[in-house]
Amino acid sequence: MTQLALVIDLNVCVGCHACVTSCKEWNTSGSAGPLPDDNPYGADPTGVFFNRVQTYEVGSFPDTETVHLPKSCLHCEDPPCVPVCPTGASYKRAEDGIVLVDYDKCIGCKYCSWACPYGAREFDEHDQVMKKCTLCVDRIYDDNLPEQERKPACVMACPTSARIFGDVHDAESEASQMIRKNHGFGLMPEWGTQPANQYLPRTIRQSAVAADDGTE
Amino acid sequence: MHPAFSVIFFTTLIGVAQGLFIALSMSKVYELANQELGLGQAFYSVGGVFVLALLVCGLVASFFHLGHPERAWRAATQWRTSWLSREVIVLPVFMLVVFLFTVIHFFGGSSNSQLAMSLLGVILCFTLFICTGMIYSCLTFLREWATPLTVVNFTLLGCASGFSFATFYADLMAPELVGLLGGMAIMLTIIAFFTRGWALIRNQNLKPKSTLQSAIGSHHSRIKQVSQGQMGGSYNTREFFHGKPLTFIRNIKRIFLITVFPVPIILLWIGMATDASVVLFFAFIIQYVGLLMERWFFFAQANHPQNLYYQTIS
Repeated sequence: MTQLALVIDLNVCVGCHACVTSCKEWNTSGSAGPLPDDNPYGADPTGVFFNRVQTYEVGSFPDTETVHLPKSCLHCEDPPCVPVCPTGASYKRAEDGIVLVDYDKCIGCKYCSWACPYGAREFDEHDQVMKKCTLCVDRIYDDNLPEQERKPACVMACPTSARIFGDVHDAESEASQMIRKNHGFGLMPEWGTQPANQYLPRTIRQSAVAADDGTE
Repeated sequence: MHPAFSVIFFTTLIGVAQGLFIALSMSKVYELANQELGLGQAFYSVGGVFVLALLVCGLVASFFHLGHPERAWRAATQWRTSWLSREVIVLPVFMLVVFLFTVIHFFGGSSNSQLAMSLLGVILCFTLFICTGMIYSCLTFLREWATPLTVVNFTLLGCASGFSFATFYADLMAPELVGLLGGMAIMLTIIAFFTRGWALIRNQNLKPKSTLQSAIGSHHSRIKQVSQGQMGGSYNTREFFHGKPLTFIRNIKRIFLITVFPVPIILLWIGMATDASVVLFFAFIIQYVGLLMERWFFFAQANHPQNLYYQTIS
């Protein structure tokens, strides 16, 4: 069974927000209409983003690390947001495991966003429906795009190649290999949601440059 | 969580309606055992009208919570998995049974059909209490809600407020029942005090299962959020937090503990002893206003794990 998902390398993410802006650009320019972007130059801007980057400091000075955590819908294998939806607008596709919202069925009761422990769903105040990361389902199956561009917009935009897209149930895919090699993990495993999106942890890197290199 | 007034009014209003219907059904059984009472049909048909009016008001309030109320009929389709969907089915069926109960009593139907409607309605009442409570209780990581006490409290508080209203109503329509219904109202309020208090104590002693460590997958003992990625607000900063200062929360808790439990008990007792309808009326009104606060506090108290991702602006 295919489960498409993202693998995000926390070792490489620099928190540039390119994935945030490219995701917003792609999803606000599509057939679903614009995403809310209220008071963008005003005192209290607010809007809907499917992907956000949160930044954490781990450790105590001087032994600190800055960890950037890009987070969108994790397309859980046991998504808590799907059984609670009363209309069936929230569903998980059997063919590729992507969790989607049917904007024509959603009544905007917000129950699914309560049921997501990651806060991955955001309510569109203008359309009055719930929205979230679609794993760019409109890009990955679009035959009008060249084959190497049939990936989510965030994966294409990342300058450090921190985001990998693939089938995490296919043991030979690049995504699965990265998870195995680098000990990928899911967020908040205590709730049993089995997130399909996996994160690669920080590791101690050895410098490729010798200590005395560059001295005359 | 951010409490929504539409849902607060919805759950409290239908709670009173359900409690009132159970009170009417209890009166019916009591009348069967005491044939000399001769209550008359109006007591039940007018009572049924009150139940229906409260249910309709609650339903109207709940529609304000929806982004697309015109599609609300779809909400009945996922009853296999969703408690909200089950509630959307049980509530109209209950309203139909209440309507039939009212009509049968108004037109003087057979005693068997009256009893059948009462029994069916009571079963639906308890089913509805369970559905409403389970909507919140089934979300395992909202740990303040994920306990059987949630369903118990919805049921007991709804019944207590419904019986308080029924006591006042009986004082106007059937004074011989005031002792029974008022006694039940007091007893239900006392039991609800213990179960609601138990839930409050349990919630105070909860230790969070989700931590910053599990939220970002780092095992270090010291983690601090530096930025949540945007400086403006978002749905995530509005919907999952009540936005009130700690003193407000504490005061609401103290006020509802007083107005839902001891004050109505005292007023019910005085009202029954002095046969004063006004006192009984205030017993219900004060308890209902207290329940609005109790429900607000119930919603506000839940801590959503997504708040771990939204702790610092920058």
